[in-house]
Amino acid sequence: MQGIDIQPTHEYQGYKIRPGRPFPFGASVVPGGVNFSVFSRSANYCVLVIFERGAAKPLVEIPFRGMFAKAFTEEPVWGEFRIGDVFNMTVLGLDHEAIEYGFRMDDGRPKAKRGKPAIHRFDPSIVLLDPYARAIGGRDVWGRAPDWNAPFPHRSRVVFDDYDWEGDRPLEIPLEDLVIYEMHVRGFTRHPSSGIDGAEAGTFSAMREKIPYLKELGVNCVELMPIYEFDEFENSRWDEDHKRWAKMNFWGYSTIGFFSPKAGYASTGRMNDGTMVADELKSLVKELHRNGIEIILDVVFNHTAEGNEYGPTISYRGIDNSTYYMLTPEGYYYNFSGTGNTLNCNNPIVRDMVVDALRYWASQYHIDGFRFDLASILSRDPWGGPMANPPLLEALAFDPILGKCKLIAEAWDAGGLYQVGSFPAYGRWAEWNGKFRDTIRRFLKGDPGETGAMSQAILGSPQLYQGRGPTASINFVTCHDGFNLADLVSYNDKHNEANLEDNRDGANDNASWNCGWEGPTDDPSILALRQRQMKNAISMLLVSQGVPMILMGDEFGQSKLGNNNTYGLDAEINWLDWTLQEANQNFHRFVSKMIAFRLAHPVLRSRDFFHHADPAGYGYSDISWHGVRAWQPDWGGRAIAFMLCGNYAKGGTVPDDFIYVALNMHWDALPFELPRLPDGFLWRVFANTGMQAPEDAFDPGSEPELAEQSGCLAGGRSVVILVGRSTAQ
Amino acid sequence: MGFDISVTQGSDEATVKLSGELDAAAAPKLKETVEKVAGAKPKRLVFDVSALEFMASAGLRVLIFAKQKMGAGVSLYVIGSKGPVLNTLTMSGFHHSVILQDTYKPLE
Repeated sequence: MQGIDIQPTHEYQGYKIRPGRPFPFGASVVPGGVNFSVFSRSANYCVLVIFERGAAKPLVEIPFRGMFAKAFTEEPVWGEFRIGDVFNMTVLGLDHEAIEYGFRMDDGRPKAKRGKPAIHRFDPSIVLLDPYARAIGGRDVWGRAPDWNAPFPHRSRVVFDDYDWEGDRPLEIPLEDLVIYEMHVRGFTRHPSSGIDGAEAGTFSAMREKIPYLKELGVNCVELMPIYEFDEFENSRWDEDHKRWAKMNFWGYSTIGFFSPKAGYASTGRMNDGTMVADELKSLVKELHRNGIEIILDVVFNHTAEGNEYGPTISYRGIDNSTYYMLTPEGYYYNFSGTGNTLNCNNPIVRDMVVDALRYWASQYHIDGFRFDLASILSRDPWGGPMANPPLLEALAFDPILGKCKLIAEAWDAGGLYQVGSFPAYGRWAEWNGKFRDTIRRFLKGDPGETGAMSQAILGSPQLYQGRGPTASINFVTCHDGFNLADLVSYNDKHNEANLEDNRDGANDNASWNCGWEGPTDDPSILALRQRQMKNAISMLLVSQGVPMILMGDEFGQSKLGNNNTYGLDAEINWLDWTLQEANQNFHRFVSKMIAFRLAHPVLRSRDFFHHADPAGYGYSDISWHGVRAWQPDWGGRAIAFMLCGNYAKGGTVPDDFIYVALNMHWDALPFELPRLPDGFLWRVFANTGMQAPEDAFDPGSEPELAEQSGCLAGGRSVVILVGRSTAQ
Repeated sequence: MGFDISVTQGSDEATVKLSGELDAAAAPKLKETVEKVAGAKPKRLVFDVSALEFMASAGLRVLIFAKQKMGAGVSLYVIGSKGPVLNTLTMSGFHHSVILQDTYKPLE
């Protein structure tokens, strides 16, 4: 049965049109043509500008209000295609693959001047990107220098919203069971050693080919650094001496369009077909899911690429500046993001856009979760004040389509709001636990008196997340921001000269320790210590309650040469060097064994906090603390041990072994007296970072018996992990 | 550049030979052909794309439509893909869902 709304009512320069549908916003393929719908509260003039793909000059500019010809009769007729504050029009007979489009808008008042404050920034000379564009052209191949003077550099495209999912759906792995791998799509396969050829390197499809590697490593979730369309040439700098880009926006924390995958991350980008780019990403998601791996997107809703009063008008500010951005009463941009502007997330229009975008990614791309960059901004009101009950965060927490998605906050912003432990959670939100990171780092480098803080970290940070549970805590030692793991144990200070900001950028306080020499060295004792410290860090991360996250490259111990803020470098230090998998195979092996250990032991993955109690009367509480003497922790030193009773795994619902972990960050070896196991149980050694490979870690299930069951020696700066199992098993 | 289709009905298989550019304008014509071919219930559906020069996302969708239309019992062969057409198939991941061959050799 065909609808009766496919006949044109008006005609304009040969294009047949009819009143459109306001929902959904953006461009959608409808029977017979394409429907366009865009909001602006303050524009009184709006024109739809349609281009042939890639063309500099438009095919046609159709006003949403004015004189048209009546369809079929060609009599002049007035037309206005608007409902409320939404301009909407269906253009019939358009080939959605062959076009790009944008809008011109104006309010009839004098134009705002560049660099000056303004409430409105309409400029009808600019063709504006659709905020709801499902695909964006203009940066179709990564690093291909654009036409800097192009009047319409970021071009909205139409995507046909269908895909052959072959039964795929989001995996819904319980949060407590995840091991997250934070990664960068381009960095993952751009290095020549990735084995991916030329134009495909650094793309979604290249990443798909490398899924077997991720599976072998053992992670069950990837978190992609921003993949929404951004401009790698934003603030770029060309190095004439070396004929290369000395600086680019490599990380991509600067969104141009919230509904569009970055075309330059698709090997199909060069085909200039938005649907193809979408297909490529969807097929990556499908293949990840087939391999039991979830996908979380790092999403940047705190600001856009339009910058401050001096920035370019790409979309939002030319459509409704005071709706999309937080403005001072004079019309300056508030800058809680540290990048020039702040998206006005708790304005109802913007809030709806954010919700619409996430629903779109969850439903159309089967995305399993989202990590929100500088999420504390999302809790600010339109004047920047933090709110007790921010409508956007509440809406996301209760959204039906996002109902099973992981929601993870970076619970701070660049305006001084720090909400680790206090982010408005509604029982749904997890947080990047910056305090976990700081505690592990200080304990790791041998700071005294950190054992109490360490016990909090190991428990899943109950002091921060009481009432929310350990799954509120995304645990990490390293992430894209700051030192990576190799540099954490190789540098006391940042070395960011390559970022061309005179080493002023990046954090100064890294809680790092170089193990006796700043940077590269041949000294075997320093190298051995660094290797051990890296294993210690990975061990602490993976035996802690909460949700561990590992940074891409850390599993190889890849260095970034002491640079702790590599956002602008499309260069080797940001590309995963696959040769290190072989060169650092002992460390890589250790990391994958530790991941396997965590996944083999449900007692490490509790949904609820331990109670330090033994309600079922096994003779052992769920967790107990120890020192060099069993049952006697020393809360003032540099060493601590703990034991988990497997009978309490997942609240006592699944059986598990006893696990004992001795963390000795003292430089001297310490003998640890072991708690006695029940009769018929024996301690076995799963890992000892004081040993050389392959004695540093074993396959879960094949751990050798501990020779002396009453105690174990933990070498200086070493971690020993034991499992206690019945000999009858 | 136009688009052409020729169909050969064998005893077990139907071969659909495509040439030219399979874009959004050409896709409906192919879809119509696929519907007709499906009616004859072949055991194998073979797309010979050796003379196809370009395939857009709309064209890819007709191949997926064909796969869905024929059902699980019918295997879909894509023969002689190269250059941009092969890229489209592999980069979109569709090559996992069909049998890609240089020349047609039925697998069973």
